[in-house]
Amino acid sequence: MRERAKPRVAVFKMASCDGCQLQLLDAEEALLELAGAIDIVNFAEASSHIEPGPYDVTLVEGSVSTPELEEQVKQIRDQSRVLITIGACATSGGVQALRNLADTEAFVRTVYPTPAYVKTLERSHPISDFVKVDYELTGCPIDRGELLGALSALLAGSAPRLSTSPVCVECKRRGYVCVVVARGEPCLGPVTRTGCGALCPAFGRGCYGCFGPSQPPNTEALAKRFIALGLTPKQAADKFRFITGWAPAFREAADRLERGPRSAKEGATP
Amino acid sequence: MRFLDHQGFERLLATLADDGYELVGPTVRDGAIVLDRIEGADDLPRGVGEEQGPGSYRLTSRGDGRYFAWAHGPDSAKRFLFPARELLARMRREGGAFAVETAPDERPIAFVGLRSCDLHAVAVQDRVFMHADPGYRRRREAAVFVGVDCAEPGATCFCASMGTGPRCTEGFDVALTELEGGFVVQAATPTGEALLARIETREATEAEVEAVAETERTAVAAMGRQMDEWDMPALLYRNRLHPRWKEVASRCLACGNCTSVCPTCFCHDIVDGVSLSGDVATRTREWASCFSEEYSWAAGAVVRASRESRYRQWLTHKFASWIDQFGTSGCVGCGRCITWCPVGIDVTEEVAAIRATDGEVEVVTS
Amino acid sequence: MSLQSAPAGPPLDPEGPPARIAVITRIVPETPDSSTYWARFRVGEGEGYSFEPGQFNMLYLFGIGEVAISISSDPSHPQLLGHTVRSVGRVTNAFRNLRPGDEIGIRGPFGRPWPLDSARGGDLVVVAGGVGICPVRPAIEYAMRHREQFRRLVLLMGAREPSLFPYKEELEKWVAQMRRIGVELHLTVDQADADWKYDEGVVTTLFPKANLEPDRTTAFICGPEIMMWFAARGLLEVGVPPQRVHVSLERHMQCGVKLCGHCQMGPKFVCQDGPVFRWDEVGELLEVREL
Repeated sequence: MRERAKPRVAVFKMASCDGCQLQLLDAEEALLELAGAIDIVNFAEASSHIEPGPYDVTLVEGSVSTPELEEQVKQIRDQSRVLITIGACATSGGVQALRNLADTEAFVRTVYPTPAYVKTLERSHPISDFVKVDYELTGCPIDRGELLGALSALLAGSAPRLSTSPVCVECKRRGYVCVVVARGEPCLGPVTRTGCGALCPAFGRGCYGCFGPSQPPNTEALAKRFIALGLTPKQAADKFRFITGWAPAFREAADRLERGPRSAKEGATP
Repeated sequence: MRFLDHQGFERLLATLADDGYELVGPTVRDGAIVLDRIEGADDLPRGVGEEQGPGSYRLTSRGDGRYFAWAHGPDSAKRFLFPARELLARMRREGGAFAVETAPDERPIAFVGLRSCDLHAVAVQDRVFMHADPGYRRRREAAVFVGVDCAEPGATCFCASMGTGPRCTEGFDVALTELEGGFVVQAATPTGEALLARIETREATEAEVEAVAETERTAVAAMGRQMDEWDMPALLYRNRLHPRWKEVASRCLACGNCTSVCPTCFCHDIVDGVSLSGDVATRTREWASCFSEEYSWAAGAVVRASRESRYRQWLTHKFASWIDQFGTSGCVGCGRCITWCPVGIDVTEEVAAIRATDGEVEVVTS
Repeated sequence: MSLQSAPAGPPLDPEGPPARIAVITRIVPETPDSSTYWARFRVGEGEGYSFEPGQFNMLYLFGIGEVAISISSDPSHPQLLGHTVRSVGRVTNAFRNLRPGDEIGIRGPFGRPWPLDSARGGDLVVVAGGVGICPVRPAIEYAMRHREQFRRLVLLMGAREPSLFPYKEELEKWVAQMRRIGVELHLTVDQADADWKYDEGVVTTLFPKANLEPDRTTAFICGPEIMMWFAARGLLEVGVPPQRVHVSLERHMQCGVKLCGHCQMGPKFVCQDGPVFRWDEVGELLEVREL
């Protein structure tokens, strides 16, 4: 076996809650093995010891919502051989991207006494809007197993295996009872990427899509089902407009529902 | 035929457990009758009924003492004979030995309460796995099957039209027909006979024997759906370009629930993994679905990129190419794919629609 | 990278870890995105191993995964295997990290081979496009070695551009041997460059030049599916019966033993019913998009 060099790993955050980074610190029994396999050289959340780049693998959490962050993420990209964005904020703009639907300036005027000091971008962006991203780990927060699996794969010399199948595939593997069929509960599982271990259905509640859209999803058919279950088009739209609501597939689904029944037929087979 | 009262029935399950079998039977969990490990008759869904429809399943309370007065929940024997996730091997780079972790000692399974559709499904999966999969074969050969005639088929059931039920005709060691106060019981194998010999039964009365036939007649009449299998597989082969595929794809979520609940669907992924240190590798097998885009990924491209091609693959495989591949239909008429489809797509309706407009060809406009 | 081999004992799960380990001896870059990995079984590991032209192996990289790759080497030397791997996915990209001395697992061989028997006594016509040459190379090697078993040996090979031909060294060798052993070799590219000294145009444009004799011809076709379709149709048009037109298909394969389901094309399991099929078995299926 060839000796493996320990890769230098950095962890950064943009606009986010730190929950995804915590998945790394919470890795418990894997932490020792992790420390043996990689050198974390820049992780402000974990240690004040910070080394400059370049880095072999960089994990970035959070969305880009200010001009400073835009600049910073470009610098991070330049310093990183492999860039992995982690979490719903970094991969689709996060829950804060809900502001993308409203007037940002009005928010700033309302919230801050001296709006002139606040520099913000019009929108909350996924990182891939600005720089090339090598791999995306979705979820709010990301799944620890998926993160460790991705790092293990990269260390072994391959791309991570990230399934694009919907949550249902995993929900059924685990033998959970379908909340849509058995309880009439609206669930985004059929259109949401797997990776969470079907966590919400495991506790009898509908998936709210925090892992973002699955393989090209049929959001129209699911929206129809939500309405048949008694949701108004607005309520159905709000299901899609949540943590990963700015992901294109979910955004379009919500837009279609809010435009009303006439437009909702667009794209459907006559 | 013999008659087994409730006490005898409890004794039957206890005997299997005493013999070292893991009892797997129906039990209520999270609003459904699932198949799970059970301790004994107390865990069975006694007095519970169900209402099934396309995309809908609800438990009901019957207020009687029947154990098996329902059709089936989402699970079949597949979950136990072909587990949804199975570690095939753990490999360690270490010294001169290739350390492969051996399979844990499994207890043999005694399936309690399988319906005829599910017993037939086991026979269908046997044709897929027995010759090549040692894990399946080991579990399958060690298992004991206690079948129960289906007395209350669901609204989505169509086993009668597939010739796979509702009465247990094959694939069981012991089969029961539930009547007031107990069961008419018969054994079909030496294992079943030996088992019954150890439990107190009495000769069934003429009325009880007649009740068995009546149970079947009532169940056939109550069957919610039917499938016309005439001219399969040719019907589906010559309709590969039928416009119905596109139409059903507009409703289909491609979520794969139908394939997961199908008691015969066997497709799976082989997933290799590695530890952070790089010293330990695992090989796991897990259920996969032909509805997933990644399923047909080959040489940098997806073969079945459109949903209609994936729906066509599943339905055509199940009802047509399965016959070419394994000499039997892949469908046993359990109707789970209809009930557990979140949007209630009905295979019997899809096949009927194609049959009704047989030969209609998609007009390509682009 | 180093692997340990499985202990002797009861037969392993056919989907389980690879039973044989081989050591990479040489890596030859072929095209911008493919290389040939030559590997020799570790001592004792290759016992009883043999393969036929057209078959494939499942190649395993420790902890990363397995891929189905056609065997491209000479079947008369089954202890030294050549596999040409095009980097298109997660596992095949990881092959780029391999260096001589590294170890790979080998499970196989699998699949139905090229029907060399049915070509014997007649004309063997090989039509190959780009890296489609790789799965058919053992058949070519065999036919050149046993030249006397065939009447004419015609090789029609194309690629989009000269750099996309694998086995450039071998092609030179085959060109050199052409006259001596009577091989009719025609090379073509869709787009020639200044140094290209052979034909220009898609591979089917070689058919008239080759002056095929349809009632004696057995054809082996391998390349992108669309190219095989055109080539097969071209051969049928000049009168080669569909039962003597053979193609090698590519589908996603995870097990190689008809269990995992991924490689289905209509009723066929490409891993075991193929990958080599007669045109009368699959021609109709290949006409249906996304089957």
